[in-house]
Amino acid sequence: MVLGLASGAVSLSLSDVGQGLLDTLLGETGNQNALIVGQIRLPRVLLAAVMGATLAISGAAMQGLFRNPLADPSLIGVTAGASLGAALVIVMGGNLLQGYTGLTLVSAGAFTGGVIAVLFVYRLATSPNGTSVATMLLAGIAITALSGSIGSLLEFFSDNNMLRRISLWKMGGLDGANYPRLLLATLVSAAMLVTLPRYARALNALLLGESEARHLGIKVDSIKLSLITWVAIGVGTSVALVGTIAFVGLVVPHIVRMLAGPDHRYLMPASALAGALLLVVADALARVLVAPTELPVGVITTIVGVPFFISLLRNRHHYGMQ
Amino acid sequence: MSTLQLKSVCAAPWGQALLKDLNLTLEPGTVLGLAGPNGAGKSSLLQLIAGDIPLSAGQLTFGDRSLPEWTPQDRARHLAFLPQMSLLNFPYTVEEVVMLGRTPHSSGYQVDRDVVEQALQLTDTVPLRHRLYTQLSGGEKQRTQLARIFAQICGEESLTGRLLLLDEPTSALDLAHQQQVLLAVHQLANKGCTVVLVIHDLNLAASIADQILVLDEGRQAALGTPVQVFTTALFKEVFAVDVAITSHPQEGYPMVTPLRQVF
Repeated sequence: MVLGLASGAVSLSLSDVGQGLLDTLLGETGNQNALIVGQIRLPRVLLAAVMGATLAISGAAMQGLFRNPLADPSLIGVTAGASLGAALVIVMGGNLLQGYTGLTLVSAGAFTGGVIAVLFVYRLATSPNGTSVATMLLAGIAITALSGSIGSLLEFFSDNNMLRRISLWKMGGLDGANYPRLLLATLVSAAMLVTLPRYARALNALLLGESEARHLGIKVDSIKLSLITWVAIGVGTSVALVGTIAFVGLVVPHIVRMLAGPDHRYLMPASALAGALLLVVADALARVLVAPTELPVGVITTIVGVPFFISLLRNRHHYGMQ
Repeated sequence: MSTLQLKSVCAAPWGQALLKDLNLTLEPGTVLGLAGPNGAGKSSLLQLIAGDIPLSAGQLTFGDRSLPEWTPQDRARHLAFLPQMSLLNFPYTVEEVVMLGRTPHSSGYQVDRDVVEQALQLTDTVPLRHRLYTQLSGGEKQRTQLARIFAQICGEESLTGRLLLLDEPTSALDLAHQQQVLLAVHQLANKGCTVVLVIHDLNLAASIADQILVLDEGRQAALGTPVQVFTTALFKEVFAVDVAITSHPQEGYPMVTPLRQVF
């Protein structure tokens, strides 16, 4: 955290950071350090932490629900739906969308797109006999593909300026961080961090299989619905605020499971913590590596995440995964 | 009060009738063995009793109520089901898997620990307790799942009103562990637990079961004690196999030996 505050285009010493924080708390915004720390870096670092936690805990919940260690929140269509929603707003709104209102509208479009996609996937997979997780995965893949190609179609018809905005947005970034956004993200994230761990025992039982969980007294269908709703809200918010940030939801629960085992009572809080840490570090790297400009943070998480993930896949027998 | 009662029960979850007109009453402590050819409806009957597939006609009473009248948690405290196959592919330790059996109970950590310990001993999985489930052999996995089921149902002195459904609990076990598991089932039944199990080894079934229900294409072909049910005529009719029926040299229960080998 402190490192995240200290690093960036203008690097500050730890005492500068402390002084800046103190000044911000005291309401003195006059000097440069206070401005950098309080107005630019603090909301950004906090946003990274909060969104990292949200993505990682969503990933842990999805992997448990799908009984698949390779599941990712994007599998149920949230990410693709949100991307499409954002692209739609960017293209439809054209160049009217400038500055702050534009950003907010794009975020709203993303959130709506994500939630609609999930609802659609959920409806497709639900029959009077309950919700089939396998069908939901397939429907998620179908919706993701469909959103992807509609998105490509939009890009085909958009001008250079729009294209650049769409692709930058897709790469994900925390540069839009400010206090109102941070507040929204914190509310959503706090709600998830309080609610999801309550499902830990149910998720533990669900790993045995759905009917086994039912025989252990778990209300499987209602739990499925609540989990999917929470993940849709969480991931929808995160895509809306910071764009698509890949691999946090997939890799973080994996790492934690290697270290602490698959028990969701520990897995979920630990994943949230690790996700926050990963995103703060990735964001710090994104700001430092090519200073004074910035890399999109989604690129960093993927570049760091993929090799690590491949090494996990190659060594999966070491920690008991088949 | 009987633990389980089926009156003219039929089931047709996918359109075609799987179970037709089954009638059955099981008292506390009874062990019922299900026998019949592949696809006769043995597993379907277990799933029906467990509430996985709905009745299309008839009445099923578990304890004093029909199945849907039980709350999920209350039902899980009284009824445990060991399915044929396990899908678990997450690296839980054996002990953690068995502990999952305590999910429906809020008996406190100390009681849970004791019950798990007991279940591990009943299935000879104590030496495996810290091993990862995904790295066990087939028989070890089966014993672990059995321990989980035992942990779900045990825990009290009297098990009257509890129901244990076991779908081929000994299919992957060696001779010694088969005996040990059946002994454990017998002990639970002595405490009042009612047991319904599918076992393809009919000699094992005869050794443990008080009653045998033979299913043939979803119908009740025979119901009674092993001695009553195991006749050469029945094997000819239901399994299309000629057998000799002898009796166990020590215990006296019927032993089935196929006569004409088709090699």
